[in-house]
Amino acid sequence: MRDDLIDLLWKGLLETLYMVFWSSLFALVLGMTLGVTLVVTEKGGILEAPRLHKVISTLINSVRSLPFIILIVLLLPLSRWVVGTTLGPTAAIVSLSIGAAPFLGRIIENTLKEVSPGKVEAAKSIGAPPFTIIFHVLIPEALPALVRGITIGIIGITEFTAVAGAIGAGGLGSLAIRFGYQRFREDVLFATVILIILLVQLIQWGGDFIAGQISKKRYKFE
Amino acid sequence: MIVISNLNKTYKTPKGTVTALENINLRIEKGDIFGIIGFSGAGKSTLIRCLNRLEEPDSGSIEIEGKVITQLNQSELQQARRKIGMIFQQFNLLDSKTVFQNVAFPLKVAGHPKPFIQKRVREILDLVQLSDKENVYPFQLSGGQKQRVGIARALVNEPDVLLSDEATSALDPQTTYSILELLKDINRKLHLTIVLITHELDVLQHICNNMAVIENGRIVETGSVDKFFLNPESDTAKRFVKIIEYYRDKRMVMEGTGAGI
Repeated sequence: MRDDLIDLLWKGLLETLYMVFWSSLFALVLGMTLGVTLVVTEKGGILEAPRLHKVISTLINSVRSLPFIILIVLLLPLSRWVVGTTLGPTAAIVSLSIGAAPFLGRIIENTLKEVSPGKVEAAKSIGAPPFTIIFHVLIPEALPALVRGITIGIIGITEFTAVAGAIGAGGLGSLAIRFGYQRFREDVLFATVILIILLVQLIQWGGDFIAGQISKKRYKFE
Repeated sequence: MIVISNLNKTYKTPKGTVTALENINLRIEKGDIFGIIGFSGAGKSTLIRCLNRLEEPDSGSIEIEGKVITQLNQSELQQARRKIGMIFQQFNLLDSKTVFQNVAFPLKVAGHPKPFIQKRVREILDLVQLSDKENVYPFQLSGGQKQRVGIARALVNEPDVLLSDEATSALDPQTTYSILELLKDINRKLHLTIVLITHELDVLQHICNNMAVIENGRIVETGSVDKFFLNPESDTAKRFVKIIEYYRDKRMVMEGTGAGI
């Protein structure tokens, strides 16, 4: 172990957290929009629009079929246009958000589909307009499952940040490759791996905790 | 008053079109408790769901309290639905909301102010005898209590009509009895028209004044409930009445003739 280890790890961790946080936030906004749109526009949905459904679905499949590292390269011009550079954590957030949004969108779609159609019908029968049904029925009813699904998505994003590290994003993934792999610093390699494992555990624990609290409130006997 | 004329509904399936409702004509008087009875698959659920257009009919017209439901656009339909309450076999309460919030939901949708909502929800919870369950989540309620919340939610916005889609079919006999008594009570107090579909003869016998029998998507018999039991005309009605007689005879054999008199 050399004395620069702690500094390297601390900086890498902060960069990773920074990327995970903002990418998750943007991907969540995008993914939520995609997921909700998919559910409401499908045949028999509350805002039925089969053509739009098909277009979005195909788009999601296309983005998801690309390996993430290729997607990052494809999105480099966009990163340059949005943040002015293609290097560093901020630039990576652009590709991470867009890369993870379709994945989150599918998770959210599947979760919302599990809300019983009867509940939606009951809301329709009292004269609730579509947006009220989305925000007062679909999302709240699916909330514990949504939180669990989004946790999977955020862990996916954490994984992606490590991959993005390979092409100049910074963070723990970049440390592992630049120091661990290219400079044979095994101490850095192992330490980053342990940190990433801990980070993922923490995210999973946090997600389970929040989902559990919501379920406990709704499904407990007094 | 509800007037249904020449109502048709078909479903498209991969195997071809299936006729769910064929040329339905019905007239339900204001303040009546009207039962629609039929065996599974006869089309009764489709019929009641057409009344608030949860199912879109193919042709024909439905008029409720002078409003032609079948001619409304989406936003007009949303307005009209606020005056047509509906209760369901599976209750369909929102698990994410407390009893109070479930019942307040229709008032919130209708845009009523908060103090009014509070007052009105408490009133209606009192009517269905659930005042002590205000802050409880539906998961903690029994089936009968859930249906009471369903009824409160359907009635809170003072509808002209209450549609009941097999509302007691998932409940035990005793709970069914208490829910039916509640509906009867509400009908009397609020002079509310109730349309219910059921496959339970007890329900028909217990609270309905008039009824229609539906068979293969067609109304085959209408009239008073008394007539249905005394002089069944349609095949479905005869089969239903036969089932009752069968059990009555069986009981007589087991208990001895005259034992029940």
